Amino acid sequence: MIEARDLTKDYGEKRAVDGLSFTVRPGIVTGFLGPNGSGKSTTMRLILGLDAATRGDVTVNGRHYRDHTAPLHEVGALLEARSVHTGRSAYNHLLGLAQTHGIPKRRVHELIDLVGLHEVARKRSGQFSLGMGQRLGIAQALLGDPKTVMLDEPVNGLDPEGIHWVRNLLKGLAAEGRTVFVSSHLMSEMALTADHLIVIGRGKLIADTSVDDFVARASQKVVVVRSPELESLRDALAGPGVSFEPAERGALEVHGLTAEQVGEAAAGAGIALHELTPQQASLEEAFMNLTRDELEFAAELEEAVA
Amino acid sequence: MSAVTPSVRLPRLESTGRVAFHRVLLSEWTKLRSVRSTAWSLVVGFLLTIAFPIIFAFVTRSHWGSMRPSERAGRHPLDIALAGVNVAQLAIAVLGVLLISAEYSTGSIRSTFTAVPKRLPVLWAKLLDYAVLSFVLMVPAVLVSFFASQAILTSIHPLQISFAHPGVARAVIGGAAYVMLVGIFALAIGAIVRNTAGGIATFAGIFFVIPPLMNILPLSWNNAISQYLPSNAGRQLFALQHAAHTLTPTAGGLLFGAYCAAAVVIAAVLLVRRDV
Repeated sequence: MIEARDLTKDYGEKRAVDGLSFTVRPGIVTGFLGPNGSGKSTTMRLILGLDAATRGDVTVNGRHYRDHTAPLHEVGALLEARSVHTGRSAYNHLLGLAQTHGIPKRRVHELIDLVGLHEVARKRSGQFSLGMGQRLGIAQALLGDPKTVMLDEPVNGLDPEGIHWVRNLLKGLAAEGRTVFVSSHLMSEMALTADHLIVIGRGKLIADTSVDDFVARASQKVVVVRSPELESLRDALAGPGVSFEPAERGALEVHGLTAEQVGEAAAGAGIALHELTPQQASLEEAFMNLTRDELEFAAELEEAVA
Repeated sequence: MSAVTPSVRLPRLESTGRVAFHRVLLSEWTKLRSVRSTAWSLVVGFLLTIAFPIIFAFVTRSHWGSMRPSERAGRHPLDIALAGVNVAQLAIAVLGVLLISAEYSTGSIRSTFTAVPKRLPVLWAKLLDYAVLSFVLMVPAVLVSFFASQAILTSIHPLQISFAHPGVARAVIGGAAYVMLVGIFALAIGAIVRNTAGGIATFAGIFFVIPPLMNILPLSWNNAISQYLPSNAGRQLFALQHAAHTLTPTAGGLLFGAYCAAAVVIAAVLLVRRDV
């Protein structure tokens, strides 16, 4: 369980995280979604007490991270930025961490095997590929058999097989009753992995919703029509909540009406239709729509300031 | 990818333990011994400590016959025996800085502080591990340099001195203690500056740049101030003769220890307060 209340972090003049309040519950996979630079990694650093919040508060399993006497058993974290000494082997890196909690060596071996790094465990980790680095990070996160697992962009640099593996792992961890909090800037990835979504943009909370609701909301009413009488059709369809966007070669994109409504309106006005295609907005588009307002507002603000 | 979804299960950990200082000490020891820079720096530090006295002893022996009496009077057996300490301190200082600055440059400090979020035990463990390691390494180094240089200088009676002679044992072991304190001081600087180049530059500035700059000052000022500089105060730990305008070995050692303690306190305060 992770609980953030009014969590805010300023770096000098820049506000990286802005009044975030959310709860990450056990037993499900919660996706933490936002464009690059939206404050996801900062939020995770605040959760781990690596950075101190300017305002607000965040607890993990009921306590501030720093107050846990055995933090590796409470929270296992994979941070986006590399967090391994490049001159040290994966084995010694994990061993050093394990020893702080008296975790036995065989647990280190167990996790190296679990993430498939057995062959390279004694090599200096600076020679690792991005994917191998991610596997080491995942091993580190799971070392203490933690109640809460928090992973920042875990599938970055993984091959399709590795991505599949991580998805199954996360679902399995959640099914065991653990809290699983996983960030990504890819909506499609989250749709496959997560049950719940926390979406942020420019450090602010944009949505805190189940994935199903998010997908339903994403399926906006968009219809592409093709007609020799586009101008008349436009007049026939016009109304509150309806907007148009020109599409390719004599077609029109109608927002705010279903295909049935468009077809009936056209028939009523006696306008011939050559095409009538309902469009399903992709999850990425829905995500972009959701975050666009935030980004545009920010861009306007920056222009106004400049 | 196979059609059958392989189930991934995290094996349970049977026993759980808490963070404890003796565990952090072991963890930091593992980290210390598992990077190459440690072995390199320590081997270089050890060899330099021994090599310089041996070379100086040979050079002194071969030139003794042609030296003027005033030049002979300026030679002291302990200066020869502990000549390497001045060089070895650089190797120990560089490693001291590196032990913490490399955690910042590689990002491993985030892993470290995620495992030990109270942070201070990490600093204490690093200091204790490194102090013990450098002292245990330097004691045999200075003993070897003392007895080797004395053996080379056997034929030159004015340069013979017994280990039992008052102050000699203290000065020889003091050389090792000085290097150990230098390591502590450098580690604290590394924790304050959090950058390898900056940390080494800061150390070099305090130990190698500021002392000669003092010669620009009027002599009376120089005499009054220089003895209180960290390097000059610490040096008294392995000086046998008590020269004018220098502190006694006890006072110098205590002052240098106080400088180290001050650097460690600043490092500790910043370590807890700053974002990682």
